[in-house]
Amino acid sequence: MADQMDTITGNRGLRIEEPLIFEQSCDGRLGVDLPEPAKVTNRLGGVERKKPLGLPNLSEPQTVRHYTRISQKNYGIDAGFYPLGSCTMKHNPRLNEKLARLPGFASLHPLQPVSTAQGALELIDQCAHWLKTICGMPAIAMSPAAGAQGEFCGMMAIRAALEDRGDARKRVLVPESAHGTNPATAAACGYAVDTIPANERGRVDLDAFLAKLDDDVAGIMLTNPNTCGLFENDIIKIADAIHDAGGFFYCDGANLNAIMGRVRPGDLGVDCMHINLHKTFSTPHGGGGPGAGPVVLSEALADYAPLPFVTHGENGFDLVEHKQGEGEKSFGRLKGFHGQMGMFIRALGFMMSHGGDGIRQASSDAVLNANYLLAELKDTLSAPFDGPCMHEALFDDNFLKGTDVSTLDFAKAMIDEGFHPMTMYFPLVVHGAMLMEPTESESKETLDQYIMALKGLSERAKAGNAGYFHGAPRLTPRRRLDETAAARKPILRWTPPVEDDVASE
Amino acid sequence: MRYLPLTDADRSQMLAAVGVKSMEDIYCDVPPVALLKETIDLPPHQGEMEVESAISAMAMKNLNAAEAPSFLGGGAYRHHVPASVDAMIQRGEFLTAYTPYQPEVSQGTLQYLFEFQTQVALLTGMEVANASMYDGATSCAEAVAMAGRVTKRKKGILSGGLHPHYRDTTKTISGLHNMDVVLSAPNVSGDEDLMSQIDAETACVVVQNPDFFGHVRDLSPLAEACHDAGALLIAVVTEVISLGAITSPGDMGADIVAGEGQSIGNALNYGGPTVGLLAVQGKHLRQMPGRLCGETVDTDGKRGFVLTLSTREQHIRREKATSNICTNAGLCALAFTVHMTLLGEDGLTRLAALNHAKAVTLADKLTGVDGVEIINESFFNEFTVRLSKPAADVIEDLAKKGVLGGIPVSRLYPDIPDMENLLVVAATETNSDDDMDALTTALSEVL
Repeated sequence: MADQMDTITGNRGLRIEEPLIFEQSCDGRLGVDLPEPAKVTNRLGGVERKKPLGLPNLSEPQTVRHYTRISQKNYGIDAGFYPLGSCTMKHNPRLNEKLARLPGFASLHPLQPVSTAQGALELIDQCAHWLKTICGMPAIAMSPAAGAQGEFCGMMAIRAALEDRGDARKRVLVPESAHGTNPATAAACGYAVDTIPANERGRVDLDAFLAKLDDDVAGIMLTNPNTCGLFENDIIKIADAIHDAGGFFYCDGANLNAIMGRVRPGDLGVDCMHINLHKTFSTPHGGGGPGAGPVVLSEALADYAPLPFVTHGENGFDLVEHKQGEGEKSFGRLKGFHGQMGMFIRALGFMMSHGGDGIRQASSDAVLNANYLLAELKDTLSAPFDGPCMHEALFDDNFLKGTDVSTLDFAKAMIDEGFHPMTMYFPLVVHGAMLMEPTESESKETLDQYIMALKGLSERAKAGNAGYFHGAPRLTPRRRLDETAAARKPILRWTPPVEDDVASE
Repeated sequence: MRYLPLTDADRSQMLAAVGVKSMEDIYCDVPPVALLKETIDLPPHQGEMEVESAISAMAMKNLNAAEAPSFLGGGAYRHHVPASVDAMIQRGEFLTAYTPYQPEVSQGTLQYLFEFQTQVALLTGMEVANASMYDGATSCAEAVAMAGRVTKRKKGILSGGLHPHYRDTTKTISGLHNMDVVLSAPNVSGDEDLMSQIDAETACVVVQNPDFFGHVRDLSPLAEACHDAGALLIAVVTEVISLGAITSPGDMGADIVAGEGQSIGNALNYGGPTVGLLAVQGKHLRQMPGRLCGETVDTDGKRGFVLTLSTREQHIRREKATSNICTNAGLCALAFTVHMTLLGEDGLTRLAALNHAKAVTLADKLTGVDGVEIINESFFNEFTVRLSKPAADVIEDLAKKGVLGGIPVSRLYPDIPDMENLLVVAATETNSDDDMDALTTALSEVL
């Protein structure tokens, strides 16, 4: 077989083995040409560096080739279908990359006079306007750096509002299907986490929720649509009940992609919700960031929003950067400067390109694509909950029972078929979860090919061919990696090889 | 709509396959009162030309550092970024990939994160660095929370020379981790006494070097005082290029280094996104927040990389995690790594020397301007001057003359009368002699 053919170099055609930069260093090479510094008297206060740092020296061609080669070992949405549930891997338009690089934004310093940055504040204000309108909420905090910081922001606004009325509370209710960031955030904000079970339909168990509700509950953190890809049909009842008990409703907006233009969270009774601009509004994931997590806020929480924020002043836009005036009740600052400006530009480009009509069509198509997957695969794989679903379709590993093939094995075999795996083992409420989110970016042809591949793999698993799955993937730059060894004896950086004179003799 | 591949024919076929008549049947779980019948009140979709024109019009209302001599620093610096950096980070394989949870198809991301971690460790003189944080300010906050976990103490002393945004962010975030943050008075002269504040309750002392006002210090005595009291020294670096010229925080005895990596590979972007750096000594590894990439082997015995030690993280530990942090600053870290690779040891050393020489030249020129007094004895590429008038008014006047003159300290510390006239001024390799002359001429006109 071709995949067993040895080559002399270890390279395999377009797939090339590439050492670390530290293994390619050669003194005398340089990747930049900088002018000679002027001769001046050093004013470094007597702490000038006395020894080398140990950084490698490479030329520009080597550097470009190095990063090009390692890039080719990655799977990206540009290259193929990436049905990673709850992560929303949709097309990243290059227009938005171009806009973010306009010198008027890219070369703008965050602390230059606001009179010289009016266009930047206008852009933040415009982006805020679109997000507030889509969510049907009156206020927004733009500065959180990512979804998890948005959660911080929302929960701290809740805490500040409760403390302001002299009613500090101790517990936050979190459904068991929640993202890990929800309980981590509630705990970090000083609250005890009280878990609510799901019912047999994959939604919050309303009775269990009501039973836990009392005047010590600060709020509920609920994802809607939830992490099973289902709309919480009791959501308005939940919102009313938490408000009647004097608490607040934090909505995790990670799945806004399913409902934008169709349902406004403000109409559901939400008090605050973070928006992952890198999911719903397509600012690139970039291999794990940077993200951006603006938080829409109800009137009740608006005064507690973090610093800084943009206001409409007498002479154009203004910034409130301190706890005084309009910022008096703010709970404080969450990061340096004004938030992820580069992401606001990209998100606004995405929203303006879609328009109100396109936003509604995009969420409809995302939901239709997921329901199509569910309908076509539910008799082959096993679906724990009846449809319709929202933007993602959830399966469990029941269909693999007795095959000796696990969810992980099945996912690794999908890689050899040219697909990125779906999200595995999340949410925790079903066994061996496989969560598939196609997004609106995929054509019917792509989905049909994917469906065909999964049906074929399922047949192969059921035919007793477990070894095929255990050995997968076979066609990738690396096969399964030993994660246990990595954690047991962590090697987290390159170190120079130890010269062994004895061995060389 | 150019981004949506489904045709009306596709949609009809797919609805039929699902067994429903319309999308409304699919949205049947939404309470009817909340289901919108009409398009929301926003403008309709637009082509690339229209969107580009509308957003470019906003960009053109700004006076940016590419068109005006700029001397702003304060934790965000304008440096030249080689063209190949942007070409690399715009490769779709990097740009459009998710967090590398599937290592077999993510070796590209994982390998650069491993290289990034190594570069940051080498620069800071520490044993281990993580795969990046949101920014320098959040990195500082997480470092303080981490010091609380390591020492099991609650008091964090923050230097008066620490960037005000870092102070505020740390107060907000580490406060949540039950840390009591002590904010020392803003220290313009760089001579504060932090040692006398250390006591048996102190988890950490946080000090920036070079500090917000530009002073450069030897942190070794402070490190020793911290260690004698069982506390950790957290060194903050907001201008990472300084590490090409001055002794690393690790060599001065720091236990944790929290930094901002924007200067390498990343544009100003009005302050975000940037890339937070966090490096520690190895013995504190298990208390470190954020993603870590580690080396391992695959089933064929070949070297490869994976995310590791994730039992510290929220998706495994949930409410017991070291932090709720989820994303990092992956693509900004890649920009950092590519630029740092191009620089190498020799390039970084040259770049740092160039920055320092520019700042010394600027200080010499400003010394000759009436109404300008240089505060600093020592500095790297940034220093503080006292003007004869309130600095906020002066920079507005300078802006009218097309010069972005610096950061008035009052923007960050409002209502402190004796700080009103202070201006923080930075010079980098991007500032020409003509730029500096433009500043000195404009200053002598407005003062």
